[in-house]
Amino acid sequence: MTQLTVQDLHKRYGDHEVLKGVSLSAEAGDVITIIGSSGSGKSTFLRCINFLEQPDAGRIQVAGEEIRLVPGKDGHLRVADAKQLQRLRTRLAMVFQHFNLWAHMTVLENVIEAPVHVLGVSRREATERAMAYLEKVGITRFRDSYPAHLSGGQQQRVAIARALAMEPAVLLFDEPTSALDPELVGEVLKVMRGLAEEGRTMVVVTHEMGFAREVSSKVMFLHQGLVEEYGPPAEVFGNTRSERLKQFLSGNLK
Amino acid sequence: MLHGYLPSLLDGAWVTLRVAVFSLLLALVLGLIGASSRLSPNPLLSLPATIYTTVVRGIPDLVMMLLIFYGGQVGINVVTDAFGFDYVDVNPFVAGILTLGFIFGAYFTETFRGAFMAVPAGQLEAGRAYGMSRWQVFHRVLFPQMLRHALPGLGNNWQVMQKSTALVSIIGLSDITWLADQAGRTTHEPFLFYAVVCAFYLLMTAVSGLLFRWLERRYSVGVRRAAA
Amino acid sequence: MIEWSLFAESWPAYASGLWLTLKLTVLSLAAGLVLAIPLAVLRVSPSRWVSGPVWAYSYFFRGTPMLVQLLLMYYGLGQFEWVRAQWDAGNAFWLVFRDPYGCALVTFALNTGAYTTEIIAGALRAMPHGEIEAARACGMSRFTMLRRILLPGALRRALPAYSNEIIFMLHGTAIASTVTLVDLTGAARNAYSQFFAPFEAFIFAGLIYLCITFALVGLFRVAERRWLAHLRPRVTSRKAA
Repeated sequence: MTQLTVQDLHKRYGDHEVLKGVSLSAEAGDVITIIGSSGSGKSTFLRCINFLEQPDAGRIQVAGEEIRLVPGKDGHLRVADAKQLQRLRTRLAMVFQHFNLWAHMTVLENVIEAPVHVLGVSRREATERAMAYLEKVGITRFRDSYPAHLSGGQQQRVAIARALAMEPAVLLFDEPTSALDPELVGEVLKVMRGLAEEGRTMVVVTHEMGFAREVSSKVMFLHQGLVEEYGPPAEVFGNTRSERLKQFLSGNLK
Repeated sequence: MLHGYLPSLLDGAWVTLRVAVFSLLLALVLGLIGASSRLSPNPLLSLPATIYTTVVRGIPDLVMMLLIFYGGQVGINVVTDAFGFDYVDVNPFVAGILTLGFIFGAYFTETFRGAFMAVPAGQLEAGRAYGMSRWQVFHRVLFPQMLRHALPGLGNNWQVMQKSTALVSIIGLSDITWLADQAGRTTHEPFLFYAVVCAFYLLMTAVSGLLFRWLERRYSVGVRRAAA
Repeated sequence: MIEWSLFAESWPAYASGLWLTLKLTVLSLAAGLVLAIPLAVLRVSPSRWVSGPVWAYSYFFRGTPMLVQLLLMYYGLGQFEWVRAQWDAGNAFWLVFRDPYGCALVTFALNTGAYTTEIIAGALRAMPHGEIEAARACGMSRFTMLRRILLPGALRRALPAYSNEIIFMLHGTAIASTVTLVDLTGAARNAYSQFFAPFEAFIFAGLIYLCITFALVGLFRVAERRWLAHLRPRVTSRKAA
């Protein structure tokens, strides 16, 4: 079943067109990795999917339901129904580069917050669920700590548990390891690898070529707002046609 | 205009303005002395300064003002009696300035203390390493930098201080609030005259707000903005 | 030398004055806070039509002395025939402004409300953008986000500045004595005029204020340890910066 479809997404900041028509389709269990140099538009694309940025044109469907858009006064697209967007956002859980945990809540409170106050799950059930996900990311013993008291890698694992607790259709990862010290990257990638093996649908923007090569079902290479290469990793990495991707990879493969 | 009370109110405004400026100068001097004493390793200096700032900042300024005004009156007459002089009335203008200066000296002490401590010790070491005398280190390195760190706090205290000048009307000084009170009683239009006083204070605080923003911009070159 | 009879005779007046001071402080702070929370939310609105009136309110109350505000309210309003007519008609709302206690409470509440609005608005603006994005990304409505993320975060961050405001108001209520109320300062002024002993009268009141101030400062320290624990980095469990 198709979990996420993005068709012909456009986005511009002033005169600068960041996305010039990018499409993507994720079936259940797909792990789609988006790679590209900085400025290629890959983070913007991901942020447009759940409307943290407003796309200028395009269509987005989540689990078969299309987000209704109307043209706004300034020519940009506007969400027609805020309630619908809120509902669909609960189906798209996001993991951020800088974790963005809520500083005034403990680890456990962070994980149960949205299930209780957005999905309306009972506190008891949410706590049970949260403990299961915290165990999955290996962080149960910090359940009562505040985010500021955890390392970056631990915080990012909590953020992943927070995303899982929404039981979303698709997990969105926005450069989840870029803000981490090198020695902490591994623990987060390991958790993500585990999620991929469970068959979760994931869209991952990353600089980790190892992860893209070994874990993903499809790799998308964005260059200046356009899809330059798209396909299974064996094809994209093994049989690279694009000169730009070759350059990009030679800069990246150490 | 204003039933002929405009000149009188302008006089009052001039009194308020002078009270504000003179007590600011006194508070700055006391603040510098207080901060230097508080930071001194000698407890004979630092302890009195600590007591000064703690006590003054723990008591309402009105109570402090009444204590100094009425207490000062009694104190001075004890002295003049002893020397056989005539009864002396304490001038409320002087008393107001002394009181406000004394109270806000305590707040400025804390501001200056924080600002002195914000100057990195390494820069003072660097000064000494280049052969500067203690005095040179103080007035070439420490003081100018301290002043930049102190500016936002000084600005805040100055805003509070201007509004505290209205308290001098309670000890009978003919400032703008006191004169407006008189005019309001005579004309039976107190709202009008108090509104004029409000307008005067808004103007004064707005102008000094702009002034301090300009000073901060001018003197904060190379210094990160202090958190408000 | 010390006028001991002042303490012997006046302590009940000081005690009831203290009670009035505490009532004025607590009630005006509570009312001001209730007023300030919604106003702070409006104050940070991107729309000028929404934030402008709140700015004007807080600018007026922060730019003028509370003493003048109190005099304006207590002596000033009686200037208007319409207000006097309301008093004569027994209008309960307007009668509040004929009563010095009512006037003082309203003035103090509006005054602390203005400062508190700016304190909370500042804390709302300082909220890390990422935390807001995370709330939006998981489908929170604007109201839920405000209730669960923005206000709890901002109110905690506002605690140190608000502690100062509380002490400021405790001291600020001293001007209630200018509109015939016998608060702690009023009791001291009465004792002074009765015994002509300024040192005893005012130092006694000053010491009581000082004790309350110290108690409050201690309380704030405990509160900050409890409510701001999440912002203090803890040395033990930190593996990496």
